[in-house]
Amino acid sequence: MSTIGTPAQPLFKPKEYASSQEVKWCPGCGDYAVMNAVQRAFSELGLKKEEVAIISGIGCSSRFPYYMDTYGFHTIHGRPAAVATGVKLANRDLRVWVMAGDGDSLAIGGNHFIHAVRRNVDMNFILFNNQIYGLTKGQYSPTTERGTVTKSSPFGTVENPFSVGELVLGAQGRFFARVPDTDVKLMAKVMVEAEKHQGLSVVEVLQNCVIFNDEVFDAITSKETRADNQLILEHGKPMRFGANNDKGIRLRGLELEVVTLGQNGITEADLLVHDATCASNVLHHLLAQMRLPDFPIAMGVIRSTAGPVFDADLAAQMKAEQERSKYASLDALFLSGNTFTIQPGTDKPDGTT
Amino acid sequence: MKPLEEMSGTMNGKEAMESVVIKFAGDSGDGMQLAGTLFTDTVAVHGKEIATFPDFPSEIRAPQGTVAGVSGFQVHFGSSGVHGPGDAPDVLVAMNPAALKSNLKDLRPACTIVVDRDSFGKRDLDKAGFATDPLEDGTLDGHQVLAAPITSMTKAAIADAGLDNKTADRCKNMFALGMVYRLFDQPMDQTIGFFQHKFKKSPSIAEANIRALKAGHNYVLTMEAVPATYTVQPAARTPGTYRNITGNQALAWGLMAGAKKAGKDLFLGSYPITPATDIMQELAKHKWAGVKVLQAEDEIAGICSAIGASFAGDVAVTTTSGPGMALKTEAIGLAVMTELPLVIVNVQRGGPSTGLPTKTEQSDLLQAVWGRNGESPVVVLAASTPAACFDRAVEAIKIATEHMTPVILLSESYVANGAEPWKVKALDELPAIHPPVLTQPDPAWTPYGRDPATLARKWVVPGTPALQHRIGGLEKDECTGCVSHDPQNHEAMVALRRQKVERVADFIPEQKFRGKGAKKLLVVGWGGQFGTLFGAVTELRSEGKDIAVTHFNHIHPLPRNTASIFAQFEQIVVCELNSGQFANYLRAVLPQFTYLQYNKVKGRPFKVSELKEKFNELLAQ
Repeated sequence: MSTIGTPAQPLFKPKEYASSQEVKWCPGCGDYAVMNAVQRAFSELGLKKEEVAIISGIGCSSRFPYYMDTYGFHTIHGRPAAVATGVKLANRDLRVWVMAGDGDSLAIGGNHFIHAVRRNVDMNFILFNNQIYGLTKGQYSPTTERGTVTKSSPFGTVENPFSVGELVLGAQGRFFARVPDTDVKLMAKVMVEAEKHQGLSVVEVLQNCVIFNDEVFDAITSKETRADNQLILEHGKPMRFGANNDKGIRLRGLELEVVTLGQNGITEADLLVHDATCASNVLHHLLAQMRLPDFPIAMGVIRSTAGPVFDADLAAQMKAEQERSKYASLDALFLSGNTFTIQPGTDKPDGTT
Repeated sequence: MKPLEEMSGTMNGKEAMESVVIKFAGDSGDGMQLAGTLFTDTVAVHGKEIATFPDFPSEIRAPQGTVAGVSGFQVHFGSSGVHGPGDAPDVLVAMNPAALKSNLKDLRPACTIVVDRDSFGKRDLDKAGFATDPLEDGTLDGHQVLAAPITSMTKAAIADAGLDNKTADRCKNMFALGMVYRLFDQPMDQTIGFFQHKFKKSPSIAEANIRALKAGHNYVLTMEAVPATYTVQPAARTPGTYRNITGNQALAWGLMAGAKKAGKDLFLGSYPITPATDIMQELAKHKWAGVKVLQAEDEIAGICSAIGASFAGDVAVTTTSGPGMALKTEAIGLAVMTELPLVIVNVQRGGPSTGLPTKTEQSDLLQAVWGRNGESPVVVLAASTPAACFDRAVEAIKIATEHMTPVILLSESYVANGAEPWKVKALDELPAIHPPVLTQPDPAWTPYGRDPATLARKWVVPGTPALQHRIGGLEKDECTGCVSHDPQNHEAMVALRRQKVERVADFIPEQKFRGKGAKKLLVVGWGGQFGTLFGAVTELRSEGKDIAVTHFNHIHPLPRNTASIFAQFEQIVVCELNSGQFANYLRAVLPQFTYLQYNKVKGRPFKVSELKEKFNELLAQ
């Protein structure tokens, strides 16, 4: 939302956005970090508590609204995007945040997810991707890596997982960011960007489930490996990463390539400079596709481009129709077109058109 | 066809009729729905009582010339006695042999049959399954057949209009309509005006249709062999301004009026489904009136977006038919649990599954009342006639918003597509609607604190300062509104949700019945079969029979005085287009009475004649 500026004095400290409810996620769950980041973002954005509506589906992360002192709606499995769309269309002044897991968003609610992205409704969609069904105690999800042994795949899954970013971009998404749950600062920064973006902003959080899928993102997030395995993107900056900040990404033909600065004469000038705002999403696709071990995982805002916003266009259409309507009221509509009048004391109708 | 006794016979070559049933039948591409609609608009504007029954296949264009592809539009019009679209046509327009064949068994004696002589060739007869030509083999003995060469005369009439053969062919419905106008001495200016307006940009098409219309009219005028033409006097009606309206249009307008009375924007989340789609299409036109329409990605998103809009303060509606209703079930439960106002319109069609998409049935009643997981009470209303859909829609919004509950409004294909004159209502005439909105901080407020009379909680919408709260599908504490798994609290909340819906009975009108003093037989109906049930009982009462009728628009909860009406009768017969759903519901909620049943599950409405036969049988016992 463009109307938001960073206030000189935050309205509330991050913790003041918490409700009085006891938080009941498992100790060590990544959801705590996401909530911290969201509260930080709200504080930085200077949001009023009453202007925020947090809409969730079903799953561990969907308990989120209960823990926030804003308006909240814990809906049903898979449907938060649809409910949130209605909330936003009813009141465009609200800051609508969807909190949903990978099952909610991509399995039972996959249809609503892609259509929300396609319509580009102005809201934020935080997708808690832990690659497992936690609340039902450990079945594989649509993002579980192929071959993973879970309670419902005792011999390993034989399904290909969705890649959230590619799905968003394939559905013409205009804002996609990815963040690890271990980096609260980056998460908060990305969430501020998401709120400021006009249209649907999808933020995929790689979120660790300590009970049923612990350490699934360890290679990406552990202290020892994260510098080499994460590429933190910044708009307008060359794509550099690595423990010694000596690695980079360059484009070769239609593919990306990891290079080392200083080797074979490679300099920073050879590296790709991140452009989150370019209209074409081809490079954003390539970045979203990057996988270990050949590539680092792209983090931060991968794509952020302006485009027609559904709720704004609907409001504009309604305003235009109000201005050009030939009816002054519903009464005028009901009396328009072919009517006929029965006069008192006669039984002969007087047809009027 | 009911000639007035004192006026029977021919007056100046015209037979005076109290009411007449006309059926236009042809291929689904022949334009029968248009011909029927234009005729209806004309007779309505000229003050007749009307009731219509469009009847078409679910295929857009079934194989040409076959019985499966026949599309029909039946209109019943008259000066009085129009209760429903009529059992059988007095005048049948059959554009081909298949249309004749599909209506043969329904013909009254001495029916006037208009056919297109040009379409009774060998191939046409084969496609319809006639071994010999019914126009010549005696099949139609006793009927008055007007076999006009409609196709060739239409072509001749518009030969120089510069249209290709196919377009010219499509004007033959207007030739037939012109014939019917002449038979009933109706003016054609309304229809001519329609074409002039509709084809403003293609004057040659307008001109061709108008010429075909006039040619048909003149054909009957100059035909000496025409058996009789008919006059029908205007109906005696309450003074006021009327318009012809279909059930779906009346329902859409009622929703708009209800939202306006509640001081809220109207939000519709919906997905196209026969026969409910027209409601969405009508509402989509009225953005000027603040109507927000979301054509959702599926039925579930339709209702879920409506629930979201309701949470955020709009009057929210979703519209559907049986299969869509099944998909919305879980979300209805969410609206029950979160106690949000929501109107769910189910325009019923033949089921189960895809069933009979374009045919009428009343078989979703138990689904509406009980068809959800958990104890999930909602208010259920049913619309009885096309025009009454307006009032029911207003009432559905009034109950939903004032009592903070989902309301299911049952319509049915027959009511939704049928049309009748509606005495236009001004917004000022409608009941006031006062939703329990809270906008100011109130220290005594809790999310599930209740009004002592209605048991409704407050509607506090996001954006309201200092009243932030969370709702959701998990059971909530009766006092604090926080998530609660406490066993006592759950039982208390189940009871509160039930009582809240039951208390709606304190706010709805008492049930009425027609037939004061009758003792022997009470006819019970609900929803869209009002016209025929009422008509049958009225006719029997005029014959001196001991019979009465009561018709339900309020299904759940029932009006408070229902039992006191039932107690006045020796026999109760529940008539409905299913295998006995309302009867079984009554057995559950008012078990002290014995309910006889009369059921029909053929995808078609009741006929007055079959009802009278059944009632006479019961009265004779």
